[in-house]
Amino acid sequence: MTRVSPYTECKLQVTSINIYYIKSPMHEWALAEGVISTATGFAEENNLKEVTEVVVMIGELQQVEHDVLEFAFQQLKTPLFKNAEFILKSQPAKFKCRNCGNEWSFKAQGLTEDISEAIHFVPEMAHVYIKCTQCESPDFEVTEGRGVWLATITGVKKDE
Amino acid sequence: MSDPRLAIIEKRFEKVGKIIAVSSGKGGVGKSMVATSLALSLKEKGYNVGLLDLDFTSPATHVILGVEGLYPEEEYGIIPPVAHGLKYMSITYYSLDEPVPLRGVDVSNAIIELLAITRWEQLDYLIIDMPPGISDATLDTIRLIPEIEFLIITIPSKVAFQSVRRLLILLKNLKMPIKGVIENMVMKQSKYIKDEVDRLNLTYVGGINYDENLEATLGNVEKLSVTEFYNSVTEMIPYIE
Repeated sequence: MTRVSPYTECKLQVTSINIYYIKSPMHEWALAEGVISTATGFAEENNLKEVTEVVVMIGELQQVEHDVLEFAFQQLKTPLFKNAEFILKSQPAKFKCRNCGNEWSFKAQGLTEDISEAIHFVPEMAHVYIKCTQCESPDFEVTEGRGVWLATITGVKKDE
Repeated sequence: MSDPRLAIIEKRFEKVGKIIAVSSGKGGVGKSMVATSLALSLKEKGYNVGLLDLDFTSPATHVILGVEGLYPEEEYGIIPPVAHGLKYMSITYYSLDEPVPLRGVDVSNAIIELLAITRWEQLDYLIIDMPPGISDATLDTIRLIPEIEFLIITIPSKVAFQSVRRLLILLKNLKMPIKGVIENMVMKQSKYIKDEVDRLNLTYVGGINYDENLEATLGNVEKLSVTEFYNSVTEMIPYIE
């Protein structure tokens, strides 16, 4: 279960020409599709002719790779987003135990690669592998920093 | 703030023909066995079939199929691995056999995540093994999955059918399509369930006799496919097609 960055450049020697290609994109692509689709819907509803800025919050728990998401935005963007700046902001993940009230922060360090990946795909798997640091209960709330959220969209309105 | 996953779920089902949720008001009535057998039987008929196990707290289809060592590929989302000819998706790829203690909001979030990132592509049928009851998973599938249809499983017990009836009434009130009701684990002939289903103006698909040989087939699809149970499910396919 090794994750491969789409940015990994693989070099093929063909006579004297070096050909670079990008390995298949990861599941961040699916999340990026969701952001573009939601932002497009918002732009249509609000009569925007152009989107200038999209702010996306990225919860630390899902361990989304910012460069992969940024790459996906650039590949998926339609003319509506031609001049748009995609701003990715990290949000630390915080937990609150429902059993004892303890609050603590997520630390990816120390998780095995398999567990880290399970939480990456489905953040609720945190309840399978992470326990309250005080009472060891799996019954905790992810109070902040779960996954990918669309925070704000800025654009230019069509002429009335 | 907006959840970007909701906008792409419908797109994930664009190339899927029919989506059938195998549901019940009660647990332990054989939903997973019916869902798995139905998926395998449709595949045998030549259809391209997917099987999605949405019972996060008590997943069972991987045990019935004997799935081991599979893991979804990551490509523009995730691609369900193929198990016995079925595109097969289950939370157990990520939870292994550990307990999955999720509250309602977490169940919803996990369902949304899986529906948003799983790329089924071209399918004639997607069979969904649902958790029992009328809470988060049922409400989310109704809310999120376009053109979903329900196949309801009950056992002959009057107690079990009381819960099943509540599910049927909920689905009817929401105007959700119901393919019919299957009466599983029949041990002696009775018209009780059929009469109750008729009274609701729904289709009684048929009864499946209790098959004492079924337990011994778990994990072995070849053995499952020659059971009386499997044959009964196969005979019900005209109600599903």
